[in-house]
Amino acid sequence: MDNQSLNNLTRGIIKENPTFVMLLGMCPTLGVTTSAANGLGMGLATLFVLMLSNLAISSVKSLIPDMVRIPCYIVIIASFVTVVELLMAAYLPGLHAKLGIFIPLIVVNCIILGRAEAFASKNNILQSLFDAIGMGLGFTLGLTSLGIVREILGSGSLFGWSFVGEGADTMLLFIMPPGAFLALAGLIMIFNKIRGVAK
Amino acid sequence: MSNTNRKVLSSTLGHMIIAMVCVAAFSGAILGFSYQITKAPIEEAKNARQAEAVLEVVPGEFDNNPFQDRIPIGHKGIELYPARQGSKITSIAVKSYSNNGFSGRIELIVGFLLDGTITGYTVIEQKETPGLGTKVTESKFSNQFKGMNPRSHGFKVKQDGGEIDAVTSATISSRAVIDAIKRAYKNYTRFSTMTDDEEKDNG
Amino acid sequence: MSYLMIFIAAIFVNNIVLSQFLGICPFLGVSKKMSTAAGMGVAVMFVMTLSTIATYLAYHLLLVPNQLEFMITVVFILIIASLVQMVEIILKKVSPDLYQALGIFLPLITTNCAVLGIAILAAQKDYNLINSVCFALANAMGFTLAIILFAGLRERLDNAALPNAVKGAPIALITAGLLSMAFMGFTGIGH
Repeated sequence: MDNQSLNNLTRGIIKENPTFVMLLGMCPTLGVTTSAANGLGMGLATLFVLMLSNLAISSVKSLIPDMVRIPCYIVIIASFVTVVELLMAAYLPGLHAKLGIFIPLIVVNCIILGRAEAFASKNNILQSLFDAIGMGLGFTLGLTSLGIVREILGSGSLFGWSFVGEGADTMLLFIMPPGAFLALAGLIMIFNKIRGVAK
Repeated sequence: MSNTNRKVLSSTLGHMIIAMVCVAAFSGAILGFSYQITKAPIEEAKNARQAEAVLEVVPGEFDNNPFQDRIPIGHKGIELYPARQGSKITSIAVKSYSNNGFSGRIELIVGFLLDGTITGYTVIEQKETPGLGTKVTESKFSNQFKGMNPRSHGFKVKQDGGEIDAVTSATISSRAVIDAIKRAYKNYTRFSTMTDDEEKDNG
Repeated sequence: MSYLMIFIAAIFVNNIVLSQFLGICPFLGVSKKMSTAAGMGVAVMFVMTLSTIATYLAYHLLLVPNQLEFMITVVFILIIASLVQMVEIILKKVSPDLYQALGIFLPLITTNCAVLGIAILAAQKDYNLINSVCFALANAMGFTLAIILFAGLRERLDNAALPNAVKGAPIALITAGLLSMAFMGFTGIGH
């Protein structure tokens, strides 16, 4: 793999991590991460839509006139989101019920339209795919780690596996709305620290 | 390689219309297709959860599928699921709801023996506060109702002078569950007097 | 549910930003100054109410009769995007002053998930037209209240001596967390 492909693939994971550095797609980031499994599920759903939309948009980029670019992209993205929503309702009904309103809202996740506009509309199919995988994985990483922190502190469990007794007092605040803001603030501080050291 | 000088179709009206129509057609095609192939599994998944909940609360022996023999009552989503051994009804599960949950509607399925004794309930839908209100779905709270008969019990939480231990800091959610169970019992008695009459007519 | 309850519930108890996490992007992005925050709030109120009416009509006159409810996402986002565009054009012609004030916020609103979210929620909850409008307006007011309060807090934080680690995003999130905690004090109202 040449340098540029590698760069496109890894950029989204650390240097331009959508969650910790760019602060993109904050609604699902804060809204669904009450457990690690929810975060992982939402991350993977977004990764899937991002891959499909980057692939589709980079293959039709030269056929769409500039002036109607955005509406066309939005329709393409919305179609893929609906496909993912239908598939999820059919084969993962539990997760579908938990993520709720945030699945259709993948459409307005700034990461997806952002990557379509900034990357897929200017680059070839293979590089757009790499970019989608990198950004999607970075987003999944962010959501999953936020979910892990909130689930451990808030419910005393990890991926549903509980390590405190029944009726134990856990820090419920972390699975309630304010905990989402505070946990993310803490994670960003840690992430900044790590990035600062690596420089 | 990224091509910096990208060539796109010029923005003439014709090009724009063709592009939009093509995108819309493509979108319609993949949506229609995925709707068709997921329609049946979505319906199945929806039913599977309720069928499972019915089997959880219906006790003892029966040889029918209570969920398939369901009897809808009214328009508000109340349904009865009779468990039969041969032609005789052995117990009945009732889907009921309460709109008084802390964050909206709670739906549950309650099992009744023929004398009205509760065999248990399973919550199938709720939006209560995680870690607080959601405890009404756990056995510590729900086991209190097992073996009780709404005919002889008032069904109130201790705060209201009853005998049910409400979930700590979730009295509203606890009350909502009781509300749903009472609603289930009301519909169950309406149904059981109905069938009693039928049996008398036949006998 | 009475109309008053819809408003109290949407503005305080279930605040769209602080407890439902819709519209976080503009909430964090356009809240450095109180005046811009207020502008954004008014623009959102305007667009959210209009788009909920438009999507309500599309849903009940077009999608439900043809059993196309699964196309809700595609149709709603298209309606919202074109509506925002139209509002921008009309505003430019009819009231240049208002356009000056709100114009820069309008393009941002298309990707504001609160607008699409409220339209979808109103359809899912099976509200009638009047309830949908109240629901949209109440949530938009909740958004405006939250973003103005938040901007007020952030303006003061500008002058605070902060450790380097919390500067920028972390302190904004911590502030939002505290504001969200304060709003939790309203829970239980209406029971």
